[in-house]
Amino acid sequence: MITKRIIPCLDVKNGRVVKGVNFEGLNDVASPVELAQYYSSCGADELVFYDITASAEGRALFTDILTETASKVFIPLTVGGGINTVADFDRVLKCGADKVSVNSGAIRNPDLIYEAAKLYGDQCVVISADVKRQDGAFRVYAKGGREDTGMEAISWIKRCVDNGAGEVVLNSIDTDGVKGGFDLEMLEAVSNAVNVPVIASGGAGKIEDFITLFKTLPKVDAGLAASIFHFGEVKIADLKAAMAKAGIPTRL
Amino acid sequence: MIAIIDYGVGNLFSLKSSFAAIGEEAVVTSDAAVISQADRLILPGVGAFEDAAKKLSDSGMAEVVKREAQSGKPIMGICLGMQLLFEKSYEYGEHEGLGLIGGSVRPIADVIDKELKIPHIGWNRLIVKKQSPLFKYLSDGDCVYFVHSYYATDCEDAVTATAEYSAELTASVEKDNVYGCQFHPEKSGDVGLKILKAFCEI
Repeated sequence: MITKRIIPCLDVKNGRVVKGVNFEGLNDVASPVELAQYYSSCGADELVFYDITASAEGRALFTDILTETASKVFIPLTVGGGINTVADFDRVLKCGADKVSVNSGAIRNPDLIYEAAKLYGDQCVVISADVKRQDGAFRVYAKGGREDTGMEAISWIKRCVDNGAGEVVLNSIDTDGVKGGFDLEMLEAVSNAVNVPVIASGGAGKIEDFITLFKTLPKVDAGLAASIFHFGEVKIADLKAAMAKAGIPTRL
Repeated sequence: MIAIIDYGVGNLFSLKSSFAAIGEEAVVTSDAAVISQADRLILPGVGAFEDAAKKLSDSGMAEVVKREAQSGKPIMGICLGMQLLFEKSYEYGEHEGLGLIGGSVRPIADVIDKELKIPHIGWNRLIVKKQSPLFKYLSDGDCVYFVHSYYATDCEDAVTATAEYSAELTASVEKDNVYGCQFHPEKSGDVGLKILKAFCEI
């Protein structure tokens, strides 16, 4: 049986790991390479590297950091932030990324997912959506959660999957940084709409939040978080031991 | 020295790095002379079977791999590289493989429950069926990382481990000096590195 994945997310800016609460008030945490090695040794199942400011400032990803990480860390590595063209896919895949996550780039150019999936395979393309409730509907936001696109989220995500996205990262802006648990309602709506892996993001504050997530929504494949791991509020080894104890398929 | 066979398919950066991490020298090459001097060979592969089989044959690497395998040199196919070791694949049609191991490659959709996601992607537990030198350093319950939509079948004698995904899917195979892993040892953390280390000690 496939195990549920625990994925620390490293938001990278100027070569350092940062994490914003509701995407603002960034704090400097540590070296991405060191943190990645540490997480891999603690039992993280996968890592996500996001260049969080790339869409706003058009800055290129720090491919040196990626290359160094991929030469030292041997678990799957997903890269996102500033992915706007197929050439961007090529650039990060050559540096050792296994999957590439698109967000604003797919909103600007809806053909991007189709083109990339055709070239690199569906399993390589991840659609990352920042979603917020507005007037009783789920709406897609762009540019790191700063810009309302006006698009309805479920139909947008379905369209991306139909175009070849092999995985969905659903980040709830409503619960992000609040540490009150994952956005189960939003996650349920998305995981009922698509038949590719769904990764929950935004809102985890403690071990029980992950247990609740996987127990309530067995269709969700993975839980992603950043600051609670970076600051040691949740230790990955403890989290995975608790998941296994709760009967959730877990890689120990 | 380990030769990672380069025939224009996929990214070999992680694979090369993973051998460096266990202190083994690995070169990515399509030079028949280098391959012939190597102690061990890795046949990598991602993407579609037909395209990869054609590239393997067009580059001349298919003949080189067959010759080296017949000479008794340890060779390990990884993911699509493992599938290429078989006689044929039914991925979008019917295509010939290297024929180093008897059996064929078919869609996992044929055997898994309908509600399960395809590809079979993520960490899954190895169910050891037969002892293999590759498993020398493994412990019970070890997980490895899979990404695939096709699986090897009709190869019962060669299967050394499976993974459960409503059906038991072939995870690794072995026939004499020819080894294959459906999963990615270079993406399977310490467990994967232990498998590569064991391969280097055969």
